Amino acid sequence: MEEINFITLFFGAISVNNFVLSKFLGICPFLGVSKKVETAVGMGIAVTFVMTIASAATCLVYNYILIPLDISYLYNIAFILIIASLVQFIEMFIKKSSPTLYQALGVYLPLITTNCAVLGVAVASMQDLEALEVVSVGTKFIYSLVYGVGAALGFTLAIVLFAGIRERLERNNILPSVKGFPIALITAGLMSISFLGFSGLL
Amino acid sequence: MNPLKILKNGIIDDNPTFVQVIGMCPTLAVTTSAVNGIGMGLSTMAVLVCSNMAISLIRKFIPDQIRIPAYIVVIASFVTIVQMLLKAFLPDLNASLGLFIPLIVVNCIILARAEAFASKNGVIASMFDGIGMGLGFTVALGVIGVVRELLGSGAVFGISVLPEAFPQTIIMILAPGAFFTLAFLMILIKKIKGEN
Repeated sequence: MEEINFITLFFGAISVNNFVLSKFLGICPFLGVSKKVETAVGMGIAVTFVMTIASAATCLVYNYILIPLDISYLYNIAFILIIASLVQFIEMFIKKSSPTLYQALGVYLPLITTNCAVLGVAVASMQDLEALEVVSVGTKFIYSLVYGVGAALGFTLAIVLFAGIRERLERNNILPSVKGFPIALITAGLMSISFLGFSGLL
Repeated sequence: MNPLKILKNGIIDDNPTFVQVIGMCPTLAVTTSAVNGIGMGLSTMAVLVCSNMAISLIRKFIPDQIRIPAYIVVIASFVTIVQMLLKAFLPDLNASLGLFIPLIVVNCIILARAEAFASKNGVIASMFDGIGMGLGFTVALGVIGVVRELLGSGAVFGISVLPEAFPQTIIMILAPGAFFTLAFLMILIKKIKGEN
């Protein structure tokens, strides 16, 4: 078993291994909900919230339910069900406890079930931990939690920056055939190049 | 409905990648080479055809309120089957597609077809819809894969075609290249279609 550096893991997930710009996870909300900075921030907070809890919850279910029952090959079905019910549960909880937060996040919450970044972080941290041959469940739990938070913050960073650029693009004079998706994709490509600059940093 | 019309609709008129712009994550992530792109497209198609048929068969028994979780469970089961088959028979492809095989579950195309087509149509029509959409996705991924592989490593399907002196643009097989390729293909399609 190798020593795990949690600080490198955390900052790596935000910058070098940014989920959106270098791993291509969560592209749909990244392109879909990034027309305004305000909505991008809302989506970022909602994703951070769900991703952190989902990453920790899937880790616990995998280690305490799926492995003892010897059905770890069903992880995919289990994870997506956990995420879907978690999103539903969080939505009901926020609706009751904080109507203001619900108004801000409400629209984005149902969309998160099909955000592949959430399932992606759960599956990726499970596979990483298997490759690292970690035994203690405590370490696994902290790893999943740190990875979840880092990846979510990376997603938020990318989507907010992207929305800022797109807001300014709106006011520019763009060729009609490039307008819309093509220019958004080119912008994302340029951002991705700048995130490549982080490699070698950690 | 006419099966040919459904097929054409999936491949050309309503192409999931270039027209509907859904299922972007695998489109951008696994198209570093033509083989990977087509492999991903065919895996997705297998899941899509099976899940479309299964959902169409049980569409009358699923209560409306819980239909989305029910669809997801059906899709996740087929993804698990496909993943196991790939692991057993095509381990190389499985390794290079990696994380994106389990992530077929959250591919918006599959859930979108379940919701928009399979839940309203018969089994045969749903099968053709799955084949059409799956082929549309496979063609799109194949085209992106060919362009990226050609510019990035001077090869097509692993066979070197460009002369050695031709510069290989490494960035095309890195993350940014995926965004640029898709952007320029979209512009090209807009031009061909004669919009604007």
